[in-house]
Amino acid sequence: MSKLYFTQDHEWIRVDGEIATVGITEYAQDQLGDMVFVGAPDIGSAMSAGDVAVVVESVKAASDVYSPIDGEIVEVNEQLSSAPDLLNRSPETDGWLWKMKIANTAQLEGLMDAVGYKSHIA
Amino acid sequence: MTKTLRRLQLEDLHSQAGARFGAFAGWNMPVSYPAGVMKEHLHTREHVGIFDISHMKLIRISGSDAADLLDHACPIEARALRSEQSKYTLLLSERAGIIDDLIVTRLGDERFMVVANAGNAATDEAHLRDLALGLDVNIEPLDRVFLAIQGPEASAVLAGIGIETEDMFFMQGREIRDDWFMSRSGYTGEDGFEIGLPEHEARQLLGRLMADERIMWIGLAARDSLRLEAGLCLHGNDITPDIDPASAALMWAIPKDLRASGKFLGSGALRKIIAEGPNEKRVGLKPDGRQPVRGGTLVFDEDGEVIGRVTSGGFGPSAGFPVATGFVASDRAAIGTMLYADVRGTKVPVAVHSLPFTLHRYRKG
Repeated sequence: MSKLYFTQDHEWIRVDGEIATVGITEYAQDQLGDMVFVGAPDIGSAMSAGDVAVVVESVKAASDVYSPIDGEIVEVNEQLSSAPDLLNRSPETDGWLWKMKIANTAQLEGLMDAVGYKSHIA
Repeated sequence: MTKTLRRLQLEDLHSQAGARFGAFAGWNMPVSYPAGVMKEHLHTREHVGIFDISHMKLIRISGSDAADLLDHACPIEARALRSEQSKYTLLLSERAGIIDDLIVTRLGDERFMVVANAGNAATDEAHLRDLALGLDVNIEPLDRVFLAIQGPEASAVLAGIGIETEDMFFMQGREIRDDWFMSRSGYTGEDGFEIGLPEHEARQLLGRLMADERIMWIGLAARDSLRLEAGLCLHGNDITPDIDPASAALMWAIPKDLRASGKFLGSGALRKIIAEGPNEKRVGLKPDGRQPVRGGTLVFDEDGEVIGRVTSGGFGPSAGFPVATGFVASDRAAIGTMLYADVRGTKVPVAVHSLPFTLHRYRKG
């Protein structure tokens, strides 16, 4: 059973065992507008919480997406390079950004759950 | 604390339409509507978009010396304009810097309409008043709602509400009713119109216009992507008081005989720049791949030397690729020259590209 977390920066993190899948929330995609480019981190790169993992660009502006926790990038969503609008259509499912191997599970404790995030954006 | 933003007279209508607002040139402006910038942009190229551009200022200049004032302030021959003819021109400083870019329309013998940019309107007015000292000129900033109606179906939509435009061609303008000014012009590269009129009449006009399903509100974000594809300058980004018309590739706006012998403000400085050749030139830039290269990005040659900068950049929804404009060293300005932009540490190849990126579709006479 996977567990879902959220950050103040409007990312979601789905944890399955030692792997975390990271994306941006519906709220974030709505704020950013129509996506035209989604970057991808290098597989194997080590991230610390707060590092810029990828840049996503809408027609209007470029925005950084931060790594919410420490870990190693193990997979990126290849579909996004040819279909960046997937991030607008399904930000919380098919539009996931990357998967990472969790280095420190204790960091998850500082994140919000769905209820907490909902009140954060309210 | 940020400075209080000026509000559009029609702000309530934009809120009702679901606009998202943002600050631009001191104004609280609709940036996008629920359709989103991509759809808004494409809708304008396919049908009609309507933009509230009331942040821009209409200034009426009249009097027996009105033409002399314009001839002094701008590289223009105001008396050579036919009645109802509009002309894109520049307000130049003593050193030929671009204080603003304007559209001047001859309304009558001694009457002209000037359209000034929002952020520069107060500066322009003060500058014109300085130059008008001792002249018989009346400078009147007008309190108007200003709407741009742009796209291939613009004239059909206007005809649908009883405004006939058949006898008006691109870069013509007139006062079609008391306190109404309409020109066939715009900032999208499409056929279209700009109409300045009093607020209560604007509300009536919009009530009828918005009933037409071909028309849709367009925000500032799509206005920017449309003008960028059309290769049009944004004052404050692409042209500034530190940029001269030769570097900005805007010499087409200056009549040939004026380049040689004009007495407009900045004419001496401009002749010197032309004689020596400008150090840099404004060009189109097409980045490789899909990632936009934004304004402020530095441009390098193959040896890693900085030879330019991007002044406007984004994604072109109609072009289907990222588009940008910027300044590069004059000897690197030839179309097809391969250069590089530093995008967040990544070296992105950019090619010097012809402007516009999407062809203009004006209705010329």
